[in-house]
Amino acid sequence: MEVLLFGIAKDIVGRSSFRFEEGDEMPKSVSELKQKLNNSFPDFGKLSSLAVAVNSEYAEDAKILSKGDEIAIIPPVSGG
Amino acid sequence: MNAERYDRQTILKEFGMEAQLKLQSAKVLVVGAGGLGVPVLTYLNAMGVGVLGIVDNDVVSLSNLHRQVLYSEKDINKPKVATAVLKLKEQNSETKIISHETFLTRENALEIIGDYDIVVDASDNFPTRYLVNDACVILNKPFVYGALHSFEGQVSVFNFEGGPTYRCLFPEMPKADEVPNCNENGVLGIVPGIIGNFQALEAVKILTGIGETLSGKLLLIDGLSSNFQKIRFSVNPENLKIKTLQKNYDFDCEVPINSIASDAFQQIIDKNEVQLIDVRTPKEFNRNHFSFAKNIPLSELDERHGEISYDAGIYVICQSGVRSRKAVEKLKGLHANANLINVEGGMNQISKHAIKY
Repeated sequence: MEVLLFGIAKDIVGRSSFRFEEGDEMPKSVSELKQKLNNSFPDFGKLSSLAVAVNSEYAEDAKILSKGDEIAIIPPVSGG
Repeated sequence: MNAERYDRQTILKEFGMEAQLKLQSAKVLVVGAGGLGVPVLTYLNAMGVGVLGIVDNDVVSLSNLHRQVLYSEKDINKPKVATAVLKLKEQNSETKIISHETFLTRENALEIIGDYDIVVDASDNFPTRYLVNDACVILNKPFVYGALHSFEGQVSVFNFEGGPTYRCLFPEMPKADEVPNCNENGVLGIVPGIIGNFQALEAVKILTGIGETLSGKLLLIDGLSSNFQKIRFSVNPENLKIKTLQKNYDFDCEVPINSIASDAFQQIIDKNEVQLIDVRTPKEFNRNHFSFAKNIPLSELDERHGEISYDAGIYVICQSGVRSRKAVEKLKGLHANANLINVEGGMNQISKHAIKY
C-alpha cells in the first residue's frame, strides 16, 4: 500500500510518499489511515479539510483499503 | 476579426473557424491578475477571446516579477489591472478588456460575475475561492479552478454541465492557520505559469466544446517529479443547491475582526504614534517597513506575544493582509480584551497610496 502526499501533507511528513510493507499494520479504512497519520504527525490533526483518493478515485472516510491500493492525500492549496 | 491572425489554430480541423467564432463571442472573467492570472490573460487574449474581464486590486511589487511575467520593473507600485490592460491591448487590440479594479467581495461578486459566461479563478486565497464557487453556483456559471503550493499545482473545472463543484472536493474552507500561502511558503516562478496555462486551456475547451474538460477530475501536477495525476470525483447534489452567499467569507466567522483600510491607517499615523506589529518574515521586513513597526513573524507569535503592550491599541500588518488577520485571531485567543486592528491589504496597499516608511 503506497501513500502519496501532496501540498502541506507532504511538508508535514517530510516526503512525497511512503509505503505500508508486508508485515506492517495496515490501516483498514481511510479514516484509520487518517488516524494513523494524526498519531504519527500531530500537525495532521489541524487539517480540517482534506481530500483522499484511493486508486485515483475520491474516497470517503468509510472506504475500505486493501493492500495494493495507492492512496493520495490531497489537502486544499490556495496559492496563485 | 482578422482571420489571418488566428490561422494557425483555425486550420486545426478539430478547432476550425467555428471554435474561433465561439471564442470571439465569449466573455471570460479572470479573478486575480497575479501568478495564475497573468498566463490565463495572456493566452486567452492572444487566442481571441472576445471580452476579458480582470478583477484585482493589488499593485505590482518587486517580489511578483519572478512569476508574473506580464509586469516589468518599471511597473512596480502600479496597479496590476491598469498595467495588465495596457499590455494586453498592445498584444491584441481586438479584445474588449474590462477592468474591475477591486477585490472580489461578497458585495460585488454576483454583479460582476453575472456579466460573464465563465470565470477563471486565479485568486490566491481561500475566502475568494469559496466566494467564487458559491457565486458561480448561484449564477450557474462554470469556472476553471487552479491553485498551487510551492512546486505543485491543482487544476479542475467546476460547476460545468451539472458536474461537481469546489465544495464537492473540499466542502468547508480550512481554518486560517491550516494551510500557508505563497507569501509564507514560497513558489517557484514557473509553476503558476504551468498551472495558469492549463486553466486557459480548460477555459478554451469549455467555450468551444473541443476535447474533454477536467470536469469531475482534479489534475495534480508535481513540478519536482514531473508527475501528473488525475483524481476522479463526483458531484454532491447538495452543493448545487446554494441559493445565497454566506454572510461572511472571512476566516473564522465566530471572531469578528476590527480592520482599517490602508488609506485610513495612513491618516492616523500621520497624526499619532501607534503600536504597529509587522508579522512578516524578517527578510520581508528588512526590505521595507514602517520605521516604528515591531517585527514579530507570525510563526514566532506564540513565543513572543509577551513583547506587545496590551494597554494600547495594536495595529497588525503583513504583506497582503492575510497573515495579519491570522495574527489578530491568534492574539485575540491569547488576550481576549486586547484592542487589535488588522491593516487591510497590508504593505501592498500601503505602497499603492504612499510612501511614509
